[in-house]
Amino acid sequence: MPEISLVQAVNLALARAMAEDGAVLVLGEDVAAEGGVFRATDGLLQRFGPDRVLDTPLAENAIAGLSVGLAAQGFRPVAEIQFTGFIYPAIDQLVNHASRLRTRTRGRLTCPMVVRSPAGGGIRAIEHHSESPEAMFAHIPGLRVVMPSSPGRAYGLLLAAIRDPDPVVFLEPTRLYRAAREEIEDDGAALPLDRCFVLREGTDITLVTWGAMTRETLGAADTLAAEGVSAEVIDIATLKPLDADSLLESVAKTGRCVIIHEAPLTGGFGAEIAARVAERGLVSLLAPIERVAGWDTVMPLPRLEQHYLPSEARILEAARRVLAYQ
Amino acid sequence: MPSAEKIVELALLAEAAHEPDVVARFEIHYSRFLDPKGNALRPLPDFAVEPAELVALYRGMVLARTFDAKAVALQRTGRLGTFPSALGQEAVAVGIAAAMRKEDVFLPAFREHGAQLWRGVSLVELFLFWGGDERGSDFAGPREDFPICVPVGTHAPHAVGVALAFKLRREKRVAVCAFGDGATSKGDVAEALNIAGVWRLPLVFVINNNRWAISIPLAQQTAAETLAQKAVAAGIEGEQVDGNDVVAVREAVGRAVVKAQGGGGPTLIEALTYRLSDHTTADDARRYRSDADVSPHWAEDPITRLRNHLVGRGIWAKADEEALLSEVAAAVDKAVETYLAIPPQSAETIFDFTYETVPKDLAEQRRAALASERE
Repeated sequence: MPEISLVQAVNLALARAMAEDGAVLVLGEDVAAEGGVFRATDGLLQRFGPDRVLDTPLAENAIAGLSVGLAAQGFRPVAEIQFTGFIYPAIDQLVNHASRLRTRTRGRLTCPMVVRSPAGGGIRAIEHHSESPEAMFAHIPGLRVVMPSSPGRAYGLLLAAIRDPDPVVFLEPTRLYRAAREEIEDDGAALPLDRCFVLREGTDITLVTWGAMTRETLGAADTLAAEGVSAEVIDIATLKPLDADSLLESVAKTGRCVIIHEAPLTGGFGAEIAARVAERGLVSLLAPIERVAGWDTVMPLPRLEQHYLPSEARILEAARRVLAYQ
Repeated sequence: MPSAEKIVELALLAEAAHEPDVVARFEIHYSRFLDPKGNALRPLPDFAVEPAELVALYRGMVLARTFDAKAVALQRTGRLGTFPSALGQEAVAVGIAAAMRKEDVFLPAFREHGAQLWRGVSLVELFLFWGGDERGSDFAGPREDFPICVPVGTHAPHAVGVALAFKLRREKRVAVCAFGDGATSKGDVAEALNIAGVWRLPLVFVINNNRWAISIPLAQQTAAETLAQKAVAAGIEGEQVDGNDVVAVREAVGRAVVKAQGGGGPTLIEALTYRLSDHTTADDARRYRSDADVSPHWAEDPITRLRNHLVGRGIWAKADEEALLSEVAAAVDKAVETYLAIPPQSAETIFDFTYETVPKDLAEQRRAALASERE
């Protein structure tokens, strides 16, 4: 089995889904001949032809909107929005239509579609290419929001997203696209869309994160381990619906919780997690919850982005404060 | 050496020779068969030669108007929600629907009740929806038709997707999308027209141009002479019809449907009509237009126009009119009775259609909601 990167795992899952279900279409800007700017759709045009891999005109709102029409007609469109900085025009379609077509028609018309988009910073990209808008989507009833953090989880979660009967926003951490490689068996096995992943078991503190920040968080857990602290690392992965049970089980065990995300602090999805833990896990907490997040600033240009992205050092500072709390 | 006058003359000649090349030209055709008094201005299309379809079109418009008046009355007495009347615009809706085949898919805006009824959405379903019940959009009739679209123009991209589905499956079906004049100012519509053109989709766009977007008159919506010419920039055909002449609407949409079905691509049809009513029952149009602005447009009324034509041709008599009005009124009254007797959905249906399977955390919210209701 060859080792493949996260972006190759996305490609593998797309090919697998297209091969097993003729209703699956891939569409977006530069997805056909170009194979996507990150090559996530590389080779699909050659393999599946122009009726299943469609280059669209440059119109993100319409890409999402026409996907709604295709989905209502029984196709399973997988639309690529080239960068999450360009996903905002599509939000109207996702919020007003994709997420509520089932409700509005009492199940007569449904919207089994996936919008994939590379998210997050750390790749020295130009303006508007490093956004982390997951909390916006997680706020929308009727959507699922998924963010994988490894090639294996990208493969399994994307397959699940494509097979799911409801619309899924699938945010791919750009920083991890080629960061690590993993052996993946192309067996078509999907991962559940309503479960957290425990990336590392521990007993002293729960570190909760998702997407690209899993890397720094796992790094912090290693450092803590060297200091004799056993940190549990949870990858939320499926932000909506949130698997609060796994989270609460972990916090019940450790009594201490730090939430790490790249998106800005205020109104970030960490706030939702903190609220869930406070509502149902307060009695097991031995220390206040801390959040380590992007600042409430505009994502800086590449020369300063390292000052924005939560670092392992910031995670460790927070973890040590929480661990030291008496 | 030439004189100064000669130099000026030569310069002018050179300038004239450098007039820019014309790289594109366009013209927009307008069509109308019946004048406002119902006289045929030219030979009628085939479907209008025999009385049967004309009578059906007439019935469709009368039904739409009767439904409309009842809906407004129900709203005024607290038995229906906010309702957008289509008074005076019945020919657009009915003309569209009559030109479609059953297997086509209709994507309406929110003033095309007449088309929905023609296509088999029931009166009860329309009352239910406007009465605030999602079941009204679970059409028993045209299962693939879209529900109405409130965020203006945002359904135009859906029509692109539906038409693309037909094209990819090599089905001889057509998507028909209606929206108002206001929608033509939106990016959704521009994007949809553009993509439909690039992909040559089996798609007919109809602008139900009633000249008002709530309080904004057409002249404040666009500097273009016609809305039909928005097609030109998308590389598709556009034309304008008298939207108060149901024969013209039916004919133009019918041609566009046949063209689309045969692989000829999309068409944009601007149907010129006039909104005789307030924007909705929540609106008071006198704040931005006077009765004097509106009253001349009653002379264009599509229903009177077709009735005059039918009467003039000896197809329609007073007894026919009375029979139709009482049949339609009875159908509407019966539907109201049925609608008012339908109890609201149970509270858990708020949760039940958010996803196909209710996720665990949402199931917890459902339990909480039901528990608080029981208290």
